[in-house]
Amino acid sequence: MANYSTNEFKSGLKVMLDGDPCSIVDNEFVKPGKGQAFNRVKLRNLMTGRVWERTFKSGESIEGADVLDLDMEYLYNDGEMWHFMKTDGSFEQYAADKKAVGESEKWLKEQVSYTITLWNDNPISVAPPNFIELTVTETDPGLKGDTANGGSKPATLSTGAVVRVPLFINEGEVLKIDTRSAEYVGRA
Amino acid sequence: MDHPDSTWRPSADIETLRARARHLASVRAFFKARGVLEVETPVLGHGGSTDPHLASLSLKATTPAGQEQLWLQTSPEGHMKRLLAAGSGPIFQLARVFRDGEVGRRHNLEFTMLEWYRPGMTFDALIGETCDLIEHVLQSELPRCRHAYRALFQRHVGLDPLTATLDALQDRVAPHLGESCPDWSRDSCLDLLMSFEVEPHLGQGVIDIVTEYPASQAALAKCHSDPDGCQVASRFEVYVRGIELANGYDELIDACEQRQRFEADQRERRALGAPSVEADHHLVAALEHGLPPACGVALGLDRLIMLAEGRACVSDVMAFDTPRC
Repeated sequence: MANYSTNEFKSGLKVMLDGDPCSIVDNEFVKPGKGQAFNRVKLRNLMTGRVWERTFKSGESIEGADVLDLDMEYLYNDGEMWHFMKTDGSFEQYAADKKAVGESEKWLKEQVSYTITLWNDNPISVAPPNFIELTVTETDPGLKGDTANGGSKPATLSTGAVVRVPLFINEGEVLKIDTRSAEYVGRA
Repeated sequence: MDHPDSTWRPSADIETLRARARHLASVRAFFKARGVLEVETPVLGHGGSTDPHLASLSLKATTPAGQEQLWLQTSPEGHMKRLLAAGSGPIFQLARVFRDGEVGRRHNLEFTMLEWYRPGMTFDALIGETCDLIEHVLQSELPRCRHAYRALFQRHVGLDPLTATLDALQDRVAPHLGESCPDWSRDSCLDLLMSFEVEPHLGQGVIDIVTEYPASQAALAKCHSDPDGCQVASRFEVYVRGIELANGYDELIDACEQRQRFEADQRERRALGAPSVEADHHLVAALEHGLPPACGVALGLDRLIMLAEGRACVSDVMAFDTPRC
């Protein structure tokens, strides 16, 4: 993998830091009146999601990370791994482990397309689409006529996710959910 | 409808450019009232800056001497000192200068340096005049606080910058660098700690002036002994709202010492793997001829205008910043 010098650092560049692939979030050039110049860099560790702040001497180089974001369709879970297939017509499949799937597990639905981040050709993270349509599998019976008051109740969805929904929602209904906030958006 | 590519547009709005023009006029009025002559010196020179931490841009030009490599000036210092040696008296310049790779919220590859020289003026008087100029542009009076680099560093960092061991400095720097173990030089450690742990505290509601830099950071300033007998540089930096605005010297006028510092710079450039730069031989010759004792200061005018206009980035007060040029 190529090395990148601080003057090539820009937001979104993928680099290796302390053995983990990171994505540069922010890069600021800092220089005292005279003397050494620095780049103060914020990086998101793609393995942990944590944001690190590091200072480099300007002109220093670090190794690039072979990181790629690809759209893949979710296929199935074999009890241990989650299997995805590229949507580019190649039918190429990738298996993601629990660590890579993480919080996204509760949003995985067959035939929906997810963004899979590959590092050295291995999935390291799975990001769901911002909105997803899921069926209610379990919730208290709907209250007829209560369409205006702000009350809510928990509902379990087909993927196992539990979200707050309005009181009038019934089992079997298909709902649109915002995966970023795990909030009900509306009936699909 | 807007064209999707809007990078043709100026980085500053037109109203800010009008304010910029007023600030330039007020700077000229300030120096006219004090009898300082405005000069213009070349953007190109046969020599560049040997400062190991400055990257000069150069180009090939066709001159009466044939094809020559000329350097875009990182500061008008060399040319202006040659004017002093030729008997110009006090001079100032609104100079366009170039520093390769320096782009950020407070930096632009080319920028406007307000530089002035005062033969016969004392170091303290020039500090006062620099603060006067800043207040004149900001149109507000601010308390002025003067600090020795050493005491200031001790207060904010908890180490004595002149006597702390290199190990102690490297340990102090390590948290900024993560797990990588720093093999940094003394001055690199001091620069990092100064930039990240001291500067943000400076110039909050006041004009802070830092003086008596470690002798290793003298650049083109004279050196003297501090009360403890440590060698320090007759150099000052001025800070307003955490931003470094100006850098001044009691100018080195000893040609021999100047030549030695250029040579030391060249050695450090080689050690750092920095490209070699032709030193300013005309400057050494001018010092040999004789430079009157003088103090001089360089001020980042874009930063000062940025502060005066309440902006966050220098690009907000420039017609076109480097990404749009």
